[in-house]
Amino acid sequence: MSNNLVTVAYIAAIVLFILSLGGLSNQETAKRGNFYGMAGMALAIGATAFGAGITNYGALVAVIVPGVVIGAFLASRVEMTEMPELVAVLHSFVGLAAVLVGIGNYLQTPTDMGTGLVGAEETIHMIEIYVGVFIGAVTFTGSVIAFGKLKAIISSKPLTLPGRHLLNIGLLVGTVALGFVFMGAEGTAGLPALLGMCGVAGLLGAHLVAAIGGADMPVVISMLNSYSGWAAAAAGFMLSNDLLIVTGALVGSSGAILSIIMCEAMNRSFISVILGGFGQGAASGGSGSTAPGGEATSATVEDTVELLNDASSVIITPGYGMAVAQAQHAVADITKILRDRGVNVRFGIHPVAGRLPGHMNVLLAEANVPYDVVLEMDEINEDFGETDVVLVIGANDTVNPSALDDPTSPIAGMPVLEVWNAANVIVMKRSLSVGYAGVDNPLFYKDNTQMLFGDAKANTSAILAEMQKTAKVPAMAGAR
Amino acid sequence: MTLAIDKDRSRASDELPNPSKKIGVPKEIVSGERRVAATPATVKKLQKLGFEVLIENGAGDGANFSNEAYQAEGCEIVNTATELWARADVVLKVQPPQDHPNGQHEADMLSADKSLISFIWPAQNQPLVDRLSNRHATVLAMDAIPRISRAQKMDALSSMANIAGYRAVIEAANQFGRFFTGQITAAGKVPPAKVLVIGAGVAGLAAIGAAKSLGAIVRSFDTRPVVKEQVESLGAEFLELTFEEDGTGSGGYAKTMSPEFIAAEMELFAEQAKDVDIIITTALIPGKRAPLLITKETTELMKPGSVIVDMAAEQGGNCAVTKPGEVHVHNGVTVVGITDFPSRMASQASQLYGTNLYHLLSDMGGSDDYKIDFEDEAVRGALITHAGEVTWPAPRKAPPPAPPAPAKPAPVAAVEPEEKKSSGTVKALGVIALASGVVAIGLSAPPSFLSHFTVFILACFVGWQVICNVSPSLHTPLMSVTNAISGIIIIGGLLQLQGSAGVAWSATTVLGAIAILVGTINISGGFLVTQRMLKMFRK
Repeated sequence: MSNNLVTVAYIAAIVLFILSLGGLSNQETAKRGNFYGMAGMALAIGATAFGAGITNYGALVAVIVPGVVIGAFLASRVEMTEMPELVAVLHSFVGLAAVLVGIGNYLQTPTDMGTGLVGAEETIHMIEIYVGVFIGAVTFTGSVIAFGKLKAIISSKPLTLPGRHLLNIGLLVGTVALGFVFMGAEGTAGLPALLGMCGVAGLLGAHLVAAIGGADMPVVISMLNSYSGWAAAAAGFMLSNDLLIVTGALVGSSGAILSIIMCEAMNRSFISVILGGFGQGAASGGSGSTAPGGEATSATVEDTVELLNDASSVIITPGYGMAVAQAQHAVADITKILRDRGVNVRFGIHPVAGRLPGHMNVLLAEANVPYDVVLEMDEINEDFGETDVVLVIGANDTVNPSALDDPTSPIAGMPVLEVWNAANVIVMKRSLSVGYAGVDNPLFYKDNTQMLFGDAKANTSAILAEMQKTAKVPAMAGAR
Repeated sequence: MTLAIDKDRSRASDELPNPSKKIGVPKEIVSGERRVAATPATVKKLQKLGFEVLIENGAGDGANFSNEAYQAEGCEIVNTATELWARADVVLKVQPPQDHPNGQHEADMLSADKSLISFIWPAQNQPLVDRLSNRHATVLAMDAIPRISRAQKMDALSSMANIAGYRAVIEAANQFGRFFTGQITAAGKVPPAKVLVIGAGVAGLAAIGAAKSLGAIVRSFDTRPVVKEQVESLGAEFLELTFEEDGTGSGGYAKTMSPEFIAAEMELFAEQAKDVDIIITTALIPGKRAPLLITKETTELMKPGSVIVDMAAEQGGNCAVTKPGEVHVHNGVTVVGITDFPSRMASQASQLYGTNLYHLLSDMGGSDDYKIDFEDEAVRGALITHAGEVTWPAPRKAPPPAPPAPAKPAPVAAVEPEEKKSSGTVKALGVIALASGVVAIGLSAPPSFLSHFTVFILACFVGWQVICNVSPSLHTPLMSVTNAISGIIIIGGLLQLQGSAGVAWSATTVLGAIAILVGTINISGGFLVTQRMLKMFRK
């Protein structure tokens, strides 16, 4: 295949990738978008494999086939509740690949390349390698730590070392210093400096993510997604490959947008999330504000069922607790029973609910909840006033009224689901303890709120069983 | 902070410190009263509070609740009123105590350590209150529950008024010879009925809602301007006088207005009477005769076949020609003066009244912790007699002079501007840094790099534009797809396999091969899991 043909194939692949991302912007075209992505990828790999003078097909097949098999295996086995972990581990692979490609590229002697760069071009090439490896290494270790936190292998509490900002700055300075050593070296003599920088960057990535708490994971994951894109783009620069540059930039900017959307949903700046440590300082700030008074009323499963039986409109607001308890199937069945009775059941999803952007939507989709009743916060917030019952399942900070009415609260100004406007609120939660932000939740003590304590799955299953019982005796419901 | 859950647990353990209290529900003896103070559904709730429930034989007959229905919920049926009053610790009734057909007065059947909860109307029934206090019993009046927001769930006046308002429309429809809703039929056009509801309290609003949903054109008048919004929210027109006077009194009622205002008001009603088909009046002033709003002359202005429902008939009536307890025709206009609206919907009224009672008993601590808490504003307000003393009226704490305007959430923007400013400077610095970086690149970089750089920047913008419109529900699939796409990095690995045709395995090719392996896992895993996720999304 001639070089020109390869270039044309690359252009086609780029167009397919853009169409793929565009297709994912709404439900109707999403599947098509995914196929475009696959086609683009197949085209890009095929064109490179057959067009760029590769002869070592044995080795190629030997690595691609196991890769595809392992990937397919992972994809088919993963539980939807474990999606954040999978995404994190896949990000780490991209980071690792970027590091390997960078180092490999450096080790290729100029004669192998057949170009022999000189002067400014060589300097730029060296910088490109260095930056590519740096981003790759940060992505790799950051993703590994994120994976550990999501799997609960590592505590999801933010790690706050004393002087952690100084540590980060120190690591960056070390990176730059090693960079000068690397640039000054002849031939492949800069390898120790490059590998040393890998270690430093790895430490930086690990420390950055370790300092971020569990509930900020949506931002971390999309940030790592963005990094993996930039790593690919850097690799494109060093290999002078426009396909890599464009694709990397597409992924990098998309990850950045998602991060920003998440941050806006929490009313916090991107920088403050990335630097981590949230929830620590907040505790002291929270104690200064007025503690919510009053008694929390507890409800039983029967009370909840009774409320649901009498309701004509219900909104369910799930949080990470639903994912942890894997309660989505029971929730979906409750939804189905209520909808069959003509009750208007909808879901209100806070943008940062869960540990991955859009996590709740995927879980509900898995449980066969129709996506057109799953609404975003902005779409549903005004409707709480006309709602009979709100079920809050394993959510806390995203339904905390003090975000709106207590300016001293650490989460002041964060947009929240205004569930307290509904006639009745049932909060399913293990205890009255504070949420991730370390803020007490006045919602629990409101007159129209009842607490249903216990495991979300056990409770939703009990509600479901009770509702199926009452469903068989419609006369009972009619008498009420 | 005590949690109610602790109470639940102790009860569940079945080791009660003292035997549970008994609730007695007698048959109502006032003629025509069909309500009952507990229904099978509310009995179940009372049992959850730890009470045992005794029902007098046939107590629920008027409301269509059979003895068997109560028995099915685990109630004991007691044959005579005497036995029931003797055995129950707490007696729940609807009407105030009366002379019982068995010769005793109900008040005399109540002994010292017991409680009675029912409507009492202490202001109108002073002798009864004295009689009850002489019995040294505890008596709570459902009509004296203060109208505070915490006590809304116990507010029996509101729940009865709600039923009465609905029923008033139904009674009007029953007397009215036309459709409520306008229709265009093959046999000609039918105009919609016009309904005027005077007084937009709980009953008035219920009447507006019912009339509106039958399709009528509804207008409403109230001396309290604050209810305008509520009236309009139900789809009715709020009539206003061009007269400045706020009639908002305390406790959700209106106060007496000045003579000038009343004159203007009467004029408005006379004007409306010529136009509307149905007038429903609900105007009451606590402790006084109901205000006269519809004079005999106004009634005579109405079209023949029109209907007036006077819901204030028991308190003297808002209409001059009303005969309490009767329906009669005056000059072609049917005037409904019936006074037992809630009792005409006995089943529904009993259910709501029973639930109000349940909430009150729950507030008083249920069976285990049953007590009269003088600090509890709701209980204190309703308490008429206790330990031989008349405790009514309760000392007023701070009667809400008017329903407070809905509190707007406090402005939270106070701290924001400062942050904005600092982020503004950060942004400005960022732009400067970016600009100088671009200039530096332009000065020093070779052309080959610049062409790649151009592609890079353009791709960033395309990515930005494309992703901005992604619906939030697809963020996870988007993430896994972009993740798969970032596996494009294996192209780098592939290119490294190329140069080494001669040497089978150099360090570069090994690294490249590993990169391809992990990258491929990423690509296939990412695309396939996205596929799996997208299949789940369905309408």
